[in-house]
Amino acid sequence: MISRLSSRRRLAEPAQPSLLLLPSDSTSPPDFLPCLAVLLPSLSISSVLPAPAQPFLLPSLSPSFLALSLRSSLLTAQPFLFLSLSPSAHSSRAPSYSRHSSQQLPYSVVAPHINKEAAMTTMLRELRLSLNQTQRVRLQSALQSLQEMSSLASTITVVADTIPVNHEDSILKGHGTSDLNGEVVATLCGVVERINKLVYVRAQRARYKPEVGDIIVGRVIEIAPKRWRLEINFSQDAVLMLSSMNLPDGIQRRRTAVDELNMRSIFEENDVICAEVRGFQHDGSLHLQARSQKYGKLERGMLLTVPAYLVKRRKQHLHHLQQYGIDLILGCNGFIWVGEHVNSHGENDSAANRENREDAVNKTGELQVIQEVQEPERTTPLEVRQHICRVANSVRLLSALGFNLTVEFIIDTVEASISSNTDIKDMLAAEFYVQTAEREVQRRVSLSRKH
Amino acid sequence: MEYVDSLTGFRLDGRRPNDMRQIRGEIGVVAKADGSALFEMGNTKVIAAVYGPREVRCEYSMANFSTGDRTRRPKGDRRSTEISLVIRQTMEACILVHLMPRSQIDIFVQVLQADGGTRSACINAATLALADAGIPMRDIVTSCSAGYLSSTPLLDLNYVEDSAGGPDVTVGILGKMDKVTLLQMDSKLPIDIFENVMQLAIEGCKAIAQYIREVLLENTKLLESRKGL
Repeated sequence: MISRLSSRRRLAEPAQPSLLLLPSDSTSPPDFLPCLAVLLPSLSISSVLPAPAQPFLLPSLSPSFLALSLRSSLLTAQPFLFLSLSPSAHSSRAPSYSRHSSQQLPYSVVAPHINKEAAMTTMLRELRLSLNQTQRVRLQSALQSLQEMSSLASTITVVADTIPVNHEDSILKGHGTSDLNGEVVATLCGVVERINKLVYVRAQRARYKPEVGDIIVGRVIEIAPKRWRLEINFSQDAVLMLSSMNLPDGIQRRRTAVDELNMRSIFEENDVICAEVRGFQHDGSLHLQARSQKYGKLERGMLLTVPAYLVKRRKQHLHHLQQYGIDLILGCNGFIWVGEHVNSHGENDSAANRENREDAVNKTGELQVIQEVQEPERTTPLEVRQHICRVANSVRLLSALGFNLTVEFIIDTVEASISSNTDIKDMLAAEFYVQTAEREVQRRVSLSRKH
Repeated sequence: MEYVDSLTGFRLDGRRPNDMRQIRGEIGVVAKADGSALFEMGNTKVIAAVYGPREVRCEYSMANFSTGDRTRRPKGDRRSTEISLVIRQTMEACILVHLMPRSQIDIFVQVLQADGGTRSACINAATLALADAGIPMRDIVTSCSAGYLSSTPLLDLNYVEDSAGGPDVTVGILGKMDKVTLLQMDSKLPIDIFENVMQLAIEGCKAIAQYIREVLLENTKLLESRKGL
C-alpha cells in the first residue's frame, strides 16, 4: 500500500492544501481509500497550513506505522502532511543522468505558448492607446486575418534554421545565409527569397541600408569646413559638401573663402534638407549631393520619423499631392517630410537673389538689408495646414500599425478620414486605428481575389 | 538547510531537481533601440537593448531595486565588469563580426529583478535582442545554470539555492552547432559529478533554445504579415 499525498507550494502564493493522490509504481488504492476518506475532513477543518512550516515528514516505514500516525493525527485534529515513500519510488527519484538525457527535455515551462496578446500590448504601449474590449477584439481579428492571408509561412526562417535547398542545383548563397556542414543555414530572422540561383534572407527589422541614388531627408547638425553634417537615421552622420550644393546665385563657379564664410546663409543648424546619396566615404559614412532644383532646404512643414524598413525603394519619392497642395517626401532613411507645396526651389531663389544682387551692386560698401526683395511673409492657409496634419497623422498611424508606407496608402487613409468626418486629432485615436486595420484587410482580400 | 527534501525530492520552491523555472520572452520592448527583448526566468527579469551595428561592447548593470535590499551599486564594481566581459565574449562568439567591419554593436542589459541566474537571463535576452535587431548570428546562444546541493544536481538555481555556497555551473551553448561558448563554475566539484551537472545545464540550454526559436518565429511572422505587399 503505497501512495503519496503532497502539497506543492510555490513562492509568493498563499499556501493551500491540495490533495494530490499520486499513484506510484505499485499501488493498491482500495486499501488506502478508507484512510483517505477519514483524512479529508480533518484537513478541511483548518484550511490553511501554517505558512513557514516545513512539511511534516515521516520516515518511510512499515504500513503499521502509517496506521498509527494516522490515528494520532485525527485525535489531535491538526493539519499535517503525510508522506510515505516506497523503496522503488525513492530510487526513481535518485539522480541518474543517463536516464535524463535519454528522456524528454526536463523543462516544465507552464505556458510555453507564445502570447499574441503580448505582441499587441507592446504595439499599443508605443501608441499609448487604450482600446475597449470590442475594439481589441476587432483589431485582433483583423491582424489575425492579415496573418492568415500572408502566404509567407513557408519561407520564414529564424536564426540557425536550415534553408531547404535542392542540393543538386548549384546554389549561390547570398546575404543572411552561411554554410554549415554543407547545409545552408540562415543567420538572420526573416523571409527567404529565391531569385534564380540566388538564395538569401531578407531581414525585416534591419537598419537603414543606404544605396547610391537614394533620396533622403536629413537635418543639419553641424557646419564643418566646406561641408554640412546631417543627421539621418543611420549609424553615422552624412556629409553634404559645399561643392555638392548649388550656390544661391546659381552660377557654377569655384567656391571661394567668402562662400565658405557664407555657408550659414544657405543652411543653418537644424534645417531640414532633402538630398540624394552620391556615394560612400572610406569610413562608411554617406556623401550627399543636392544639385538639382528639387533638392534643398525644406520649409513650412513637418518632419516625421518612421522605421526605415517601412519605406520601400520606388521610382518616385518626391510626391506632390495636388488635391491638398502638399509636398510629400518619403525619404529612404525613414524621415518623412510633409509640407506646403513650394513651386520650385530654383524659381523663388533666383528671382529673389537677382534683385538682391542688383541692390547690393547699387549700394557701395553700406550694409543694406533689403527685406522687401523677398516675397512678403505669407502664412500657410488653414486648409493646407489641416491637410498637412491629416497626412502626418496617417503616416504615424500606418507606421504604428507596421504597414508599408506608400503614397496610395497614405492618400487612402486621408480620404477615409475625411469621408468619415474624423477629427484630425481623432485620427490617432483607437476607433480610427481599428478601422484602418480593417480597411487594409479588405483591401488585401480584394487584391488577392483579383489575382 | 535542506535544499532538496530527502523524502519528496522537491526543492524550496516546489520544483523537481531537473525542473526549470517558467521562462518568458518578449521582443520589441524598447521602441528606440534597433532590437530589444525582455527575458524572464522565474522571478529574474532582464531587459536587453541592442544598438548597432557599431562596435562590440556590453554593459551590465543591476538596477537599484533588483535585489532584496535597494542598494546603490557602483557601475564599475568588479562583479559588473566581470559579467559584462562574460556576456560580451559569449556574444562575440556567435555574431558574424566579419560582415560588419569597423562597426560597433552596443548591447545594454539591465536587470530589473534578480532571483538567481542573472547571467543566463542576460545572455538569453541579448540573443533575442540581437536577432530582433537583424544582426547576423552564427547560431542562437542560450545559457542556463545548474548546481549541486544536497547531493543532487539541480537545474536553474534561484537566489536562495545560489547563495547556499554550493557549486554553480553556468553553461552557454550554440544550440545547433553543439558548441560551448561559456562555462563558468563557482566552488568545487569532483569531476564525474561535474560532468553530470554540466550535462543537465546543457539540457536546460537546449530547452531554452527551443523556446527562443518559437518566440522569434512568431515575431517574424507577425511583422511580415503586417508589412504585406
